[in-house]
Amino acid sequence: MELTRLSAAALAEKIHSREVSAVEAAQAHLDRIAAVDGTVHAFLHVAGEAALESASLVDAALDAGTPPASPLAGVPLALKDVFTTSDMPTTCGSKILEGWRPPYDATVTARLRAAGITILGKTNMDEFAMGSSTEYSAYGPTRNPWDTTRIPGGSGGGSAAALAAFEAPLAIGTDTGGSIRQPAAMTGTVGVKPTYGGVSRYGLVACASSLDQGGPCARTVLDAALLHEIIGGYDPLDSTSIDAPVPSVVEAVRAGASGDLSGVRVGVVRELGGEGYQPGVERAYRAAVERLEKLGAEVVEVSCPHFEYGLAAYYLILPSEVSSNLARFDAMRYGLRVEGGASAEEVMALTREAGFGPEVKRRIILGTYALSSGYYDAYYGQAQKVRTLIARDFAAAFEQADVLVSPTAPTTAFPMGDKVDDPLAMYLNDLATIPTNLAGIAAMSVPCGLAEEDGLPAGLQIMAPALGEAQMYRVGAAYEAARDADDDTPLIQRVPSLEVSR
Amino acid sequence: MSADSPGTISRDEVAHLARLARLAVTDRELDLFAGQLDVILGAVARVGEVVADDIPPTSHAVPLVNVFRPDERRPGLTQEQALACAPAAEDGRFRVPQILGEEA
Repeated sequence: MELTRLSAAALAEKIHSREVSAVEAAQAHLDRIAAVDGTVHAFLHVAGEAALESASLVDAALDAGTPPASPLAGVPLALKDVFTTSDMPTTCGSKILEGWRPPYDATVTARLRAAGITILGKTNMDEFAMGSSTEYSAYGPTRNPWDTTRIPGGSGGGSAAALAAFEAPLAIGTDTGGSIRQPAAMTGTVGVKPTYGGVSRYGLVACASSLDQGGPCARTVLDAALLHEIIGGYDPLDSTSIDAPVPSVVEAVRAGASGDLSGVRVGVVRELGGEGYQPGVERAYRAAVERLEKLGAEVVEVSCPHFEYGLAAYYLILPSEVSSNLARFDAMRYGLRVEGGASAEEVMALTREAGFGPEVKRRIILGTYALSSGYYDAYYGQAQKVRTLIARDFAAAFEQADVLVSPTAPTTAFPMGDKVDDPLAMYLNDLATIPTNLAGIAAMSVPCGLAEEDGLPAGLQIMAPALGEAQMYRVGAAYEAARDADDDTPLIQRVPSLEVSR
Repeated sequence: MSADSPGTISRDEVAHLARLARLAVTDRELDLFAGQLDVILGAVARVGEVVADDIPPTSHAVPLVNVFRPDERRPGLTQEQALACAPAAEDGRFRVPQILGEEA
């Protein structure tokens, strides 16, 4: 099998046994990027030289008999362009940060480097992670490898498409309202939003600080778990970082892969389905739930009555935090500056007008509105109360079930351009993923087959209580193993081959 | 601003908010955003349907406590690093446009 088609775990094994060098692995992926990224546009920056250099250090250490720095040492990865990197630009998909070279590494970046992971480059995203299709990137959209006329999801469409196009076996995303899980669902890949505070936000350029969470993206549940254990864990540089051991997710995956889920209670969330959900997505999801039952899980229905207000609360809380966080882009210390204003204030306004795209402006304006006096109680204050009620819904549901499940997104990948001028229609993509961000709990998306009406991937969302990742990964791994055993090949290997340019 | 008609937003209000947010939006954007924001506000105003008078607000999913670190010296950015990406720098400092407008 080609190196680019291997899982990260399989590739690591070959590298660590010296069957393949880390440089060869990096070069194979760089070649693949050169061949297909003109079409896919998953990357905003490819760091070929740095990648090969980092890989050669891994090779040198292994050749000298040093044990691998981590179980994924030498494996290539695609990093979402929202994490700072001292040796690569960090743009967040925005013109306001075009060419910005941060003077420091994010903690996630530093941990990847320390683990010997080869960072291939930075991936495309909706500007400042605001969007569900990657069409709001200031550098042009990313295309879905399953059908290049369709979106790959967002905001982490670049990371997810890089996996599905076999440009990288691992990627990092961030999930504020579904930006890891929804692209995973759209591209037939695995995406995990850890418990809030589980992965450091230091050096993650903020969208909405109380919701943002970095996490692993991969093509298999095991690969996601291996990456999760590398990037997760306490970081004194992030004051919201959880000071507790990282859940043993790799062990949980190995246990889950045996396929026995007896004793596990799986809660089907009644409110996440029905109206607004594509029939083929719902059927794929129902089949996934049946499969969990066959594996021995006890399936119960749970009700979360306040979820129907989740979207509304989210699109008040998020823009409020955005309007405050993005005030830092003031044209004074770094980033774009548009000259021509008579005062600093005018320069600021002209720069922000030129540097931000339409969705970012809309959300800044919306947040400014929601926080303004006279509206604060009715909007922001009320949204925070709804947030409490959603957290209580989860707490009640987790008394009846160990994990909760739903479709990850209401539809499969939609055609490019379909929703780009209809913000509310775009927001509805996040219907099923938003509640977990509001409550700060863990959730993941695992591909659950193709929708019959369009042959595109659908995602099974598995949600777990705060720091309950082990159980979530166990269920995801068991499901994945059963799915692959029933089909002849893993779902992701059924991606149509992309036209290759040489 | 008055709160008598939540869920609706006028073009003038959008212009005012854009000024507060330091966004020099164009007339075309004002037309576009006013319509779109009106639709979005109509949808998010639904939070008002929830009876939640006695419900405490949640600002953070995880309970926050003040975090202290040892008061020890550690390296920060050098002056050169800090200024490396500045739009303009002079004499080791950030060079900024005049802070106050003409009339001040």
